[in-house]
Amino acid sequence: MTAQSHIQVNRLSVHYGVGGSLFGGGGVLKAVDDISLEIPRGSFFGLVGESGSGKTTLGRAILKAAPISEGEVRYVDEEVDYDVGRLGKKELKDYRKRTQLIFQDPYAALSPRMTVRDIIAEPLEVMKLTKTRAETDERVREIAAKCRLNLEHLRRFPHAFSGGQRQRISIARALVCQPKFLVADESVAALDVSIQADILNLLKSLQKDMDITFLFISHDLSVVAHTCDYVAVMYLGAIVEMAPSRRLFTAPKHPYTKALLSAIPSLDPDDRGRAQKLEGEIPSPLNKPSGCRFHTRCPIATARCAAETPEWKAHAPGHFAACHFAE
Amino acid sequence: MTAPLLSVRDLTVRFRTDEGLITTVDNVSFDIASGEVLGLVGESGSGKSVTAKSLMKLNPGNTVYGPDSRITLNLEDGPVDVLSLKSAKDLNVVRGGAISMIFQEPMASFAPAITIGDQMVEQLLLHSSLNKKQARELSIEMLDRVGISDAGKRIDQYAFEFSGGMRQRAMIAMALSTKPKLLIADEPTTALDVTIQAQVIDLMKDLVDEFGMAILFITHDLGVIAQTADRVAVMYLGRVMETGSVREVIRTPAHPYTQGLLNALPKLEKLDEPLTPVPGDIPSPLERPEGCVFHTRCPKMIPGTCDSLWPDAVAVSGSHTAACVAVEPDMEAAS
Repeated sequence: MTAQSHIQVNRLSVHYGVGGSLFGGGGVLKAVDDISLEIPRGSFFGLVGESGSGKTTLGRAILKAAPISEGEVRYVDEEVDYDVGRLGKKELKDYRKRTQLIFQDPYAALSPRMTVRDIIAEPLEVMKLTKTRAETDERVREIAAKCRLNLEHLRRFPHAFSGGQRQRISIARALVCQPKFLVADESVAALDVSIQADILNLLKSLQKDMDITFLFISHDLSVVAHTCDYVAVMYLGAIVEMAPSRRLFTAPKHPYTKALLSAIPSLDPDDRGRAQKLEGEIPSPLNKPSGCRFHTRCPIATARCAAETPEWKAHAPGHFAACHFAE
Repeated sequence: MTAPLLSVRDLTVRFRTDEGLITTVDNVSFDIASGEVLGLVGESGSGKSVTAKSLMKLNPGNTVYGPDSRITLNLEDGPVDVLSLKSAKDLNVVRGGAISMIFQEPMASFAPAITIGDQMVEQLLLHSSLNKKQARELSIEMLDRVGISDAGKRIDQYAFEFSGGMRQRAMIAMALSTKPKLLIADEPTTALDVTIQAQVIDLMKDLVDEFGMAILFITHDLGVIAQTADRVAVMYLGRVMETGSVREVIRTPAHPYTQGLLNALPKLEKLDEPLTPVPGDIPSPLERPEGCVFHTRCPKMIPGTCDSLWPDAVAVSGSHTAACVAVEPDMEAAS
């Protein structure tokens, strides 16, 4: 299979109006600011960044769950070619079958009043993908087995399950309509370490099995390093660096990526205090710094960084960074 | 030998609920010396927060402490038996006096409608002999010390006007202003971004050096423990599975649970190795396994032994102990 792109994002911006009154005024919050990227078919694409970097908004805009203010999102598979921002009602319904979202908190994402079977069957029923109840049950059992759920548990209610089991139920529900593209937004962040590895392995094996493309959103760089093929690093609504996963973690170019990597607490007790610490906190997206948006916290910033926006430069095949001083 | 600052012996905590008595902490013992940082690691349901709250008797009204449970705090005026304290006035010696606590979610720990300054001053008036003016001066000094710029102005702001990292700094400033002997930090960096987490960890290390208090550092993150603690206790379902110096426990874990936890952790240095999850799920507190609480998930489980007997803690070397029958005791250390 060639590395054909599945999702193309071209100069996408998502703007929200904030403050102000009925008569205007107030500012515009650019949650996603002029982002372009391509997600290859069958890849596990990671999106990392701190809170407020816009990674969730980008994921939602691709699913048309956040407004596309400028630019375009294109979805291509062997059957359809959609301009996601301009979908008609019927096409949008079809798009919803092809794409799905897995949420962060498995405790909040499942209705306590529905049995596991009904939770997993709901997308099929809402989208009228099956004709009979027997057919629905068949599909539910099939996907539940794939997600390693005990079939006897289908009759129970979610409160009886642990975090890891609930997350497997959420995954089964997202996969039951056989989507081609899945956004996993911090899907392991709420899980314990001993369970997290299990869910990550499950997602990887489902991806191979069902030929799904993943957009994996996470704040945890070590998790992303272990699961994703490509990684994009976001800061204040823009992508500052993008590379094949191994390259990004072994040869990062952007000072922000370097700082993020060195901020991960080392497991070596004798390796204390070596981290290259970032000063300050992420600025408000309402009031973005001029020039390079990272210059207020960057350890190597110069006057040029405050004045000029850095170019998006290629450093190696598939490895891009936006920094004046990236070698 | 001088008595440690805090000594916990056979702490058992049960909660009375509609489903019966639920055991959350089961025969836990540990010591903390002055100036020492003890890391308490565990996953959800391990009882680490309940253990910490017991030190100040902050658990809810349906709590039943075990009859043999002892928590002794050795202060300058003599030992205090914490669990025997009854009235709020007596407990004030411990709560906010000798022990301060910082929590995971700093937004929930500050009252939203009272300024940061008024909250800091209020607790100083309760726990010290300072007057209002002195208390305010000390509060500004502490805010400045934890790196909040323009502290003189910031002190009159409300919690919502602070960012996440600043709130956690203010929380630390408030907890330390009464000069506690022991600081309990319950997942203090979990809600923060990595870059802010690194700043807060650095700050806490500096403050330990400066104030010399002991810290009970609770977290699920072994990396954070490796960076902060002197000694570690690993908890699972209310039991202490392994204790030792941070080097011993992280480099040469003896208990299968600690080994499993470390193997399940994605590591940047080992990108080629597959992730190895600990099999199975954490059992619900209503279905605590018999015998060793970990036997349902343990790769080294011995049928007939592990599912019926709770293993005693054996010395692996020096102060490094593990509660597991599969662990070879070090004869030299045991003798």
